[in-house]
Amino acid sequence: MARVDLAIIGAGPAGMAAAQFAAGKGLSVCILDEQPRAGGQIYRDVDRVAPLRGDLLGKDYIEGRALTAGLGAPGITHLAGAVVWAIEEGPRLAYTQDGKGAVIDARHVLLATGALERPMPLPGWTLPGVMTAGAGQILLKQSGVMARRAVLVGSGPLLYLIAAQMVRAGTPPLAMVETQTRGDFIGALKHLGGALRGWRYLLKGLGLLNEIRRAGVVRHTGAHGIAITGEGRAEAVKFTAKGRAHRIGCDTVFLHHGVVPNTQAARSVGVAHCWNAQQQCFVPELDGWGATSVAYLHIAGDGAGIGGAKVAALAGRLAALDIAARLEAIDATVRDSEGAPLRRATLSELAARPFLDTAYPPLAEALAPADKTIICRCEEVTAGDIRGYARLGCIGPNQAKAFGRAGMGPCQGRYCGLSVTQILAEENSQSHDATGHYRIRPPLKPVTLGELAAMDDAPEAAE
Amino acid sequence: MNNALPFEDLGEGRARVAVSFAGQELRLPEGANLAAALLTAGITTFRHTPASGAPRGPFCMMGACFDCLVEVDGVTRQACMMEVRDGLVLDMPQAGER
Amino acid sequence: MEADYTIIGGGVVGLSVAWGLLNKGRRVIVLDGDDGSFRASRGNFGLVWVQSKGMAQPRYARWSQTSAAAWRGFADTLGDATGRDVGLEQNGGYDLHFSEETLAARVRDYEGLKSKLGGDYPYEVLGHNALRKEEPAIGPKVVGAILHHQDGHANPLRLLKALADDVRRRGGQVLTGKMVTDVTKADIFTVTSADGTVVKSAKVILSAGLGAMTLGPKLGFIAPIRAQRGQVLITEKLPKLINRPSLVARQVDEGGIQIGATNEEVGLDDRVTQPGLSGLAAEAIAAFPALARAQLVRSWGALRVLSPDGLPIYQQSEAMPGAYLVTCHSGITLAAAHATLLPEWLEGTDKAPDLEVFSEQRFAV
Repeated sequence: MARVDLAIIGAGPAGMAAAQFAAGKGLSVCILDEQPRAGGQIYRDVDRVAPLRGDLLGKDYIEGRALTAGLGAPGITHLAGAVVWAIEEGPRLAYTQDGKGAVIDARHVLLATGALERPMPLPGWTLPGVMTAGAGQILLKQSGVMARRAVLVGSGPLLYLIAAQMVRAGTPPLAMVETQTRGDFIGALKHLGGALRGWRYLLKGLGLLNEIRRAGVVRHTGAHGIAITGEGRAEAVKFTAKGRAHRIGCDTVFLHHGVVPNTQAARSVGVAHCWNAQQQCFVPELDGWGATSVAYLHIAGDGAGIGGAKVAALAGRLAALDIAARLEAIDATVRDSEGAPLRRATLSELAARPFLDTAYPPLAEALAPADKTIICRCEEVTAGDIRGYARLGCIGPNQAKAFGRAGMGPCQGRYCGLSVTQILAEENSQSHDATGHYRIRPPLKPVTLGELAAMDDAPEAAE
Repeated sequence: MNNALPFEDLGEGRARVAVSFAGQELRLPEGANLAAALLTAGITTFRHTPASGAPRGPFCMMGACFDCLVEVDGVTRQACMMEVRDGLVLDMPQAGER
Repeated sequence: MEADYTIIGGGVVGLSVAWGLLNKGRRVIVLDGDDGSFRASRGNFGLVWVQSKGMAQPRYARWSQTSAAAWRGFADTLGDATGRDVGLEQNGGYDLHFSEETLAARVRDYEGLKSKLGGDYPYEVLGHNALRKEEPAIGPKVVGAILHHQDGHANPLRLLKALADDVRRRGGQVLTGKMVTDVTKADIFTVTSADGTVVKSAKVILSAGLGAMTLGPKLGFIAPIRAQRGQVLITEKLPKLINRPSLVARQVDEGGIQIGATNEEVGLDDRVTQPGLSGLAAEAIAAFPALARAQLVRSWGALRVLSPDGLPIYQQSEAMPGAYLVTCHSGITLAAAHATLLPEWLEGTDKAPDLEVFSEQRFAV
């Protein structure tokens, strides 16, 4: 089978922008995405949904159509519903699509797998009815499904966007339980210069806050001591704010305290990562083009570091330029001259980030959960269990995994990895970098043994 | 529609088809996201954990958390990664049911 | 820091030996590597296995049997002391066959070994139908199996955790994140780690798995150890499907089915490969067809610690008396022997087992 020049994993803004740019430079591109239609999470199902709910979701969402349209360019093959479960030397991707396993060979790979919600372990967070704010967004975007009695808990601009969309849809949230404090805001003022350079973001945020205020949505700030209670499902959120205890009855809770890069695929091929203190997460070590320590691999988008959709698209184009130069489709001077404006635009888009990251920090009590709180949802391992493993000599997450099964469930540490690293770093008085992260191995997503076996000696994937 | 259900559907005019979940007969919008459709139909517990039997439902809706697992034709799959089709027979994954 | 024994390597082998020495009243310091170290203790198949061992050296078959027989008592003692159940099941295990020829050949080999062991080798041959009664999920391609009644399995991670717990409880010091760089001997040994930690002891045990490749020669050993990769798969948790373990598949106590393993000479490469995984999946499905629908959740490449003949090495250093090499590829099976008998040999008591056949001189030709 012929090798494609560039295989891209993920059809969100970074992947789509990269695909179009790379194809424009003459590269053959295959973009694999596990969803049935392109858009990633932020532009989820945008082609189908924009005419249905675009006004409710807003201009920033509808804009995604420019990128999805770009996938129609010649030279791009879009494999929808393709779940990549392994990346091997070659490079070669193993994936399943329609219940069949297949492989694709490429000369270069771009990871554009985006972000995950930062895990937010709180008492009761595993109850049915508790979801990430991102999940709430996806329900609304893709399916037009609204939660009738929902409380939003956490911090960050995404909560304001969701609240505003819920207001527009006619089912406003029962309340917003926000965890950022005035002290956080004051601490963020040292980044005010950057925030003002990113005034478009600020203005959008203020607009959303205004919309929420006009709709009379109740907002509590500085909340802490948060717990979700209920018998068999979420029934109430309890918290303390401004010195008073509160209890809000509800059916659904949307949690959010930031998003973090989804590092699974990158770690599975050995890309080095380091701890980013500003964003409180691991980010891959990249050069300015998104190239990694692995010769055949680039990373672009939120998976490279949180920057949002516009930055993701710019990063996708920068990566495509560098890859095109490495594959000798363009020369380095073209790459550099076309890259310069993209870099300037990126810096401009990132200007407000330090302010936002500081004004809306991760919730401290979720970074250091109480002993009884579950931190590995799959295997139901608690924070106290992890602290116990530290006392038994576990200095890193892989030993903790061996001792307690944390990280061994189907999500493979996506929702507990950062928590385990955080807890062990604290118990062992070590840095996050020294503590490390789970070793990630294939399969990146489950694949049935039957699908695997059928690939045994099977002819290579059809062109 | 029962006002007590946690989720409501803005409606896309899809035809409804027969789906059963753990023996319960439902009529869900054809082609809709399966997890979203089950939630809207009032199913909030999709499974019980093998470790302790705790009830779980969708959490991330993007195929990353694996809390929305259902069993189809003996295979465990994420409901949030599937679409509703006529005649779908779903069950709770057997490993969690005692 | 000072002790009677410094044990280099805190995996199952090192901790089992530490445990046994602590029970004999010795002071022990264990130096264990870091979170990313190759750890055969974490990647193995969990079998407590007698059959097929020692076909060319009956003393090894006997050593495996001795350990398997001591395992129940060992597990109970650990369980009573720590409250942790290590999940030992000794209800027999299978050697599955897909052809009559290989089955017959194996039976001939076992008969030969059995006579060398004075008849103590309790196995039976099950044809397909008899096997189906024991394993309803067995597939039609399996023509039969040898069921050996001394075989079983345990939960190797729970064993590791129980040992880690009890070694500390009994007063052993376990220091983690210590990569030993140098060992010298004057009257006593001085063991130095990369971060500057220094431990002094009368005796040293090298039980660092693949670490013996670099440290062994420093202690005067040949240490002819190599890595051999075994890719292993584990499925999602499933309802009970497989009753007894085999080398092809076993159902672990938490419900997942573990499938193994390749035998690849690839050096220190512990990655998995799609062809490796696909081949293992195909074999597992041939044995248990229902597994076709099972989701693969994890896979890994475990690096076996192999001597040239695959048998353990128990050797005192001639260049540095008081230093011992303890290495094997069946650390789970031999955990009981390492915990209860090897300390006698290390201490030179009259209960010491005869381990001459396991000296590394057998490689010096």
